[in-house]
Amino acid sequence: MKINKIILSFISAIAILLSTSVVSFAKVVGDKIVLGAAISLTGKYSSNGVHTQNGYNLAVERINSMGGVKVGGKTYKFDIIYYDDESNPKRAAQLAERLISQDGVEFMLGPYSSGLTKAIAPVTEKYGVPMVEANGASRSLFTKGYKYLFAVLAPANLYLDVAIETAVELNGGKPVRIAQAFEQDAFSQDVRLGILDAAKRTGSEIIIDDKLPKELNDMAATLVKVKQMKPDVLVVSGHTKGALTAIRQIAEMKVDVPMLAMTHCDAAKLSKQHGKNSQYALCASQWHKSLTYKDKFFGTGMKYAKDFEKQFKYDPPYQSAESSAALLVFKDAFERANSFDKKKVRDALAATNMQTFYGNIKFAEGGQNVDKPMVLFQVMCDSSGKCENKVVAPLKWASAKLIHPIPKWSER
Amino acid sequence: MDFMVFQYPMITVQACLDGILLGVLFALIAYGMALQWGVMNIINIAQGDLVILGGYIAYFMYLYGIHPAWGVIVSPFIMYFVGVGIYKLVINKVVDRDLFISILATFGISILFMQLMNFAFGADVVLANSGYGTTFLFDSNVVLPNSKIFSAVVSIAFAICLVIYMKKSKLGRAIRATAQNARAAKILGVDTEKVYAATFGINAALCGVAGALISITFTIHPYMGLPYTIRSFMIVIVAGLGNLPGVAMSGMGLGVFEEFADYILGTEFRIGSVFLLLVLILVYRRFKLSRKREYLK
Repeated sequence: MKINKIILSFISAIAILLSTSVVSFAKVVGDKIVLGAAISLTGKYSSNGVHTQNGYNLAVERINSMGGVKVGGKTYKFDIIYYDDESNPKRAAQLAERLISQDGVEFMLGPYSSGLTKAIAPVTEKYGVPMVEANGASRSLFTKGYKYLFAVLAPANLYLDVAIETAVELNGGKPVRIAQAFEQDAFSQDVRLGILDAAKRTGSEIIIDDKLPKELNDMAATLVKVKQMKPDVLVVSGHTKGALTAIRQIAEMKVDVPMLAMTHCDAAKLSKQHGKNSQYALCASQWHKSLTYKDKFFGTGMKYAKDFEKQFKYDPPYQSAESSAALLVFKDAFERANSFDKKKVRDALAATNMQTFYGNIKFAEGGQNVDKPMVLFQVMCDSSGKCENKVVAPLKWASAKLIHPIPKWSER
Repeated sequence: MDFMVFQYPMITVQACLDGILLGVLFALIAYGMALQWGVMNIINIAQGDLVILGGYIAYFMYLYGIHPAWGVIVSPFIMYFVGVGIYKLVINKVVDRDLFISILATFGISILFMQLMNFAFGADVVLANSGYGTTFLFDSNVVLPNSKIFSAVVSIAFAICLVIYMKKSKLGRAIRATAQNARAAKILGVDTEKVYAATFGINAALCGVAGALISITFTIHPYMGLPYTIRSFMIVIVAGLGNLPGVAMSGMGLGVFEEFADYILGTEFRIGSVFLLLVLILVYRRFKLSRKREYLK
């Protein structure tokens, strides 16, 4: 009995030793550049996690099939090691640690959501591993002085300030009265800060400033206040559930408001779930397929959307587009650095100045992309009840004219 | 703090009506919990997850073009068997053990259900549209979505049916007998094992009805179950076991309380205020019990 135990522990000790010694392989194996990513494949972010992964995969395939990455006169191909972070920040940080110290990954792609990116960023920073992320927009990511974090997307505080400016413009330059309701998470609170800034800039007044809980599924109280106070603009941000709840209850309670601006309408598939009730909602988006940016890998946004649809059988949300763009940025940086030295690649990333199908990319000191404005689209339905998202601002890309003010429910 | 709710009398009316309609729905879930708590001495942490699962059934009917209101018939039917299944797999092994074990077991079921639903249905927030329109009262100063009224009416109807069933049917009587004294019931020939399974099934069916109603009135999401568990737990604590009018009253009271907390403290404290109330009530009950020098078994 005793001897058995000793033998068993001896064997397991050897097994542990072996398992730790064989796994560490380098970031560039043969002709492969290995990138690491912790992605939410299960848990509450799993649907957007999958959009992110699909975006990454499509870009890897495309870049590899179009000649790969040329460094030092040799051609390399991208490969990604994925782990499932279960939508859990703690797990994401552990996985980042594992990717870097055990799997030997030296270049990282971001996870989905600001919260998880926040959990991973200190780890990549500690090891000096460059991370290009495409799904963490919270402003707080870019004010911490991170040197190795680069985001291809516009920060969260820029999501909806265009809406306020448009409202003021349509009001003949006069300030407007704003009602707002935001979930209490990092992202939505940043969107809120953006609105506060825009209100200050335009002299607008915020007459309702509600906070929404994480378990949000009823915002009738806010809407009753909106009915009583009659603001010019109603701003709602609470991820998918915020967008869905707002549209449902606005329609049920027949709340008339001249402008309704939201985030996450794309992910919420607003018009699919709500049909005509979602009509006239304004939505902030990082990207829309009708924008006219171009690159040589994916061509235009339209072409990207078509290729994406062919492979994954659904229309790409912006979460996928920005994820694909992250790979284009990495390729560009490797080729300019002409090296796999982490520091050199980091410097090349910092000097990025390029156009992709997703938009222009140029990083500010803090790592956020400052060369790509947000777009606003409006849900528009035809008489047969078919609804579409049409870009209405900025004017440069507008494919339809903004309908303002929103017609009253009694007149629809 | 915002006291707008008292400045505009119509908002007060709105809050009360919203609260009552919501409270009736909570009471239905709580009644299921009270039933199985009374009969089997099990506090079911997975109650809210059963509700959400019921909601998904209605949602899938909606996806396939059937009006989600039929979910209130189909969902309890399916959920009854889910409930019996859970009983046969897990609950029958913990039913005679102490309360702590059963809480742990149902907590485990809750986590399992959350993950399975997330795996099967995805993490998206979904809802089923009933297209029921809106009722306007008081010169359209008070608006009540018909879906909320519908859910309150259905909840009341199911509660009444259940009461009659418990009074008149053979199984209902067996359930009540088992609740009073399981051993005596067994000696007199009641198959308590069967009674337990049926009780758990009935509870799950009630959750199914409530879930279908929630998918019509609000939104559902795999991780949204816990607030419903907490609410029903709280209603049962206040009303006591086997006291249906009490459950209905405390359900409506909780609904109104929540609405007012929402207006006065802000929506972010809505669920928080329910938790706070729960703590206060537990402390108060303890205080009261200690003064009476009694203790609950």
